[in-house]
Amino acid sequence: MKKNLKYNALWLLFAVVIYGLIYLLYFTGVITPFTEYTLIMIGINIILALGLNLIIGFAGQFSLGHAGFMAIGAYSASILSIKFPTMGGFFLGILVGMVIAGIIALVVGLPTLRLKGDYLAIATLGISEIIRIVIINMGTLTNGPAGLFGIPPMVNWPLIFGFVAVVSLVIINYIRSGAGRATQAIREDEIAAESMGVNTTKYKVIAFIIGAVTASVAGALYASYIQTITPKDFGFMKSIDILIIVVFGGIGSVSGTFVAAIVLGILNMLLQDAGALRMIIYALALIVIMIYKPGGLLGTWEFSMKGFVTRVNKKEETADVSTKREKSN
Amino acid sequence: MDGQLLVQQLVNGLFLGSIYALLALGYTMVYGIIKLINFAHGEIYMIGGFLGYFFINHLKLGFFPALILAMAGAAIVGVLIELLAYRPLRKSTRIAALITAIGVSFLLQNSMIYFFGPDKRSFPQAIKHVSYNFGFIQVSNIQLLILATAVILMIVLQLIIKKTKMGKAMRAVSVDADAAQLMGINVNRTISFTFALGSALAAAAGILIGLYYNSIDPMMGVVPGLKSFVAAVLGGIGIIPGAALGGFVIGLLETFTIAIGFSEYKDALVYALLIVILLIRPAGILGKNLKEKV
Amino acid sequence: MKKISVLLMSLFLLAGCGPAAGGPVGDGNKAEGDTIKIGMNMELSGDVSAYGTAEKEGITLAVEEINANGGVLGKKLELIEKDNKSENGESTSVAANLTSRSKVVAVVGSATSGATKASIPNMTRAAVPVITPSGTDDSITVFNGKVQEYAFRACFQDSFQGVILAKFATDNLKAKKVVIIGDNSSDYAIGLTKSFKKTYQGTVVKEETFTAGDKDFQAALTKIKDLDFDAIYLPGYYSEGGLIIKQARELGINQPIFGADGLGDEKLAEIAGNKNTSNIYYTGHFSDKAPATDKVQPFVAAFKKKYQKAPSAFSALAFDAIYMLKQAIETQQSADSKAIVEGLKKLKDFNGVTGVMTMDENHNPEKSAVVLGLTNGKETSAQPVNP
Repeated sequence: MKKNLKYNALWLLFAVVIYGLIYLLYFTGVITPFTEYTLIMIGINIILALGLNLIIGFAGQFSLGHAGFMAIGAYSASILSIKFPTMGGFFLGILVGMVIAGIIALVVGLPTLRLKGDYLAIATLGISEIIRIVIINMGTLTNGPAGLFGIPPMVNWPLIFGFVAVVSLVIINYIRSGAGRATQAIREDEIAAESMGVNTTKYKVIAFIIGAVTASVAGALYASYIQTITPKDFGFMKSIDILIIVVFGGIGSVSGTFVAAIVLGILNMLLQDAGALRMIIYALALIVIMIYKPGGLLGTWEFSMKGFVTRVNKKEETADVSTKREKSN
Repeated sequence: MDGQLLVQQLVNGLFLGSIYALLALGYTMVYGIIKLINFAHGEIYMIGGFLGYFFINHLKLGFFPALILAMAGAAIVGVLIELLAYRPLRKSTRIAALITAIGVSFLLQNSMIYFFGPDKRSFPQAIKHVSYNFGFIQVSNIQLLILATAVILMIVLQLIIKKTKMGKAMRAVSVDADAAQLMGINVNRTISFTFALGSALAAAAGILIGLYYNSIDPMMGVVPGLKSFVAAVLGGIGIIPGAALGGFVIGLLETFTIAIGFSEYKDALVYALLIVILLIRPAGILGKNLKEKV
Repeated sequence: MKKISVLLMSLFLLAGCGPAAGGPVGDGNKAEGDTIKIGMNMELSGDVSAYGTAEKEGITLAVEEINANGGVLGKKLELIEKDNKSENGESTSVAANLTSRSKVVAVVGSATSGATKASIPNMTRAAVPVITPSGTDDSITVFNGKVQEYAFRACFQDSFQGVILAKFATDNLKAKKVVIIGDNSSDYAIGLTKSFKKTYQGTVVKEETFTAGDKDFQAALTKIKDLDFDAIYLPGYYSEGGLIIKQARELGINQPIFGADGLGDEKLAEIAGNKNTSNIYYTGHFSDKAPATDKVQPFVAAFKKKYQKAPSAFSALAFDAIYMLKQAIETQQSADSKAIVEGLKKLKDFNGVTGVMTMDENHNPEKSAVVLGLTNGKETSAQPVNP
């Protein structure tokens, strides 16, 4: 632990630096309500993509149902925020959303995660659509297809930053833990893992639940920022948007997810006026990436603080050695 | 609900079902041969509808010539898609292939939106609407046309599969592609042919629907595409009569749901049915259970 | 590891207690420079792009006309167009973009109530007014009993339309029993159904629903075909309305069908077929058969000249919205965003294509409605109805 403390401290420093940087951008007015939208959406997308990457990239389960769980979180937080327009009400809403999403993920995941590949994909797509249709038909609770309006705005960028940090911590630590390794074993070869005594169902379902719960949190943050939500916002397209981030970044690379979410967020902002052309570009990119680099752009590469520090040290060492050699010559 | 109304509703369901059946056939053939869910199949259906619109509206062709030409056009599109997007991924993971299929689907949808606008277009009434009354049942000539066309196409398909050399090749490749190749079958050509056939059927469905509802739009393939996939799975994926059966069952189920007053849930029910089938009997109604060998 | 998590948690909890977004920040946008910047937040792509595009046409015509006649307060109007893709999230972002980046002094948009509502928080934050040409949902201007300071509209509300149509059904169609076939996937149509049911004196024999995007109404129509009713109330948009009319007439259902402004587009007859579009009625924002004001004819002529087609109600409303902004600026003698808000609040006797309007205290215009009748796809009657 002591050895790792150095790296963990560096990571904390890194996070604080980023926080400070964003604060500075706000302070100097570089960030306007328009660019703030991009920033906050990047944060929310990071949370969503991390969850999906856990399910697809690390557990190897192709889920297309992320939007449904996002909707659960969005609606729970909205309904409770509107009823109790305080920070407490909002957090209660997040909690309720997490619980509901978790339960549904458990109930639905247990049977369906038996399926493989394409079947699982379509089944999870179906689940997402069912959730959405049920939400539409819950009458005055969810206001049907018209959606909810006037959701009290409870989030600002520090809050989102905090959530991103917490979710990242949770997921990264899970991946590095024993459970995480078992999960990755399932991705590599499920039958081999099973015969090695790994309870594949348990780990698949846990990954699915974590993904669902984080999606729910992201949905709640989204609802509170945009202040209007409709069932239409959580359709198949939304699941695909997140899938695009995961694929671009690297299926199984957490660092890749961060990079992709940021790059795509900025691209979205720049291409805002391009309409359908933007989607054409993304679709083409998706196909090309799959043909030439099916693991995603960054594959399973991870940015490691340890590796970074080691390399910096090595450079210093070689610099020292060469100066020493020069001196002795 | 009285018996007459029920029967009329069942009749309505039959026509909807024949459309789903035509689409499901394409899905099942492609899946049978390369184990890929062709997400873009719904878009081929949509392109078929647009091709028909173009041929009838701009080239002033009659309905049947337009139908044949559109089927041919869609077949070409299908073959191109396989060549450019799916063939390079034949050795890749299933996830990669599926993501590519999703990419193709989106590319087609948004290309149509970009070039032709997202609006619904009025499909020309190429065949005048006439209502027939059989006792208390009311059907239109167009509904009968749909049913007849679907049935004829299905019979033609069965003949091709069972009686022609190419059909035999298709069946061989779907059982074991490597063995088929060793037997001298050109696997690539067979797969292209399969795509061509499936796409032609989808295009036929698209034009028939365009004629029936007098309306086409670039997003029209998304939901029917998903539902026909459910139909294919329901009947037994890879099994051709299964797809037809599945199509009719889904069509009837949907109409029945509306009839008993749950029209808001009609889509949800189809998805729920999919999940149930996949859990209870993944091989489908007509399917055989295959154990996975380690 | 634990220590760090605790540190981070406390960090964001502290931060989270900071001030959240809410009321207006600052004084709004001032009209600086030699043009007056007007923003347009419309559905130019996506599901309801037809309405957004129609409104863009009306807006562009109005801006060109005004600029050709010397502009407003001596300055030309500069139109900044943005597409919200028929998505609420985009509408929010567009509102932020227009107010903070392009610094417009007013926004015309959107065509649908959903997108308009989504833009209001950012418009309020920027203290810039938004006027929707066709957003008819009541809660756009009055939410939770409070008037939305920065939201206005140029059209009448759903509650108003429902009342008008209920009266029309009883007084003009002499319908004692109706069937309702209603769109339950948009707040627009849901609101219309609600207010109709509240006012209508006769009996609602059956109520069927559909979802926007549906194409097959056979099942629902078969159900009502043999029931005893005098008319069908069809609250919804023209894409489904046209198909319903077609399929109903083909099934032999010949009772009059009536609905609200969502049906008002020439595509209705195109989709339904001219012969089937008979005995159809809907509330119109304007009609050149019964021109509400002297503005109608010149507008129709100019529109036809520029676009080679007849204008729809949506284009007319959007056209009026721009002129309403012009009048607001002129009465206040200032084009700063806050001044425009005052000008709109005090709008009196505005002579527009869609009628003579005075803004009431709830930011809704008081205007009369006319119910148009179609025979063989063409407008053959226009009946003014008072609430």
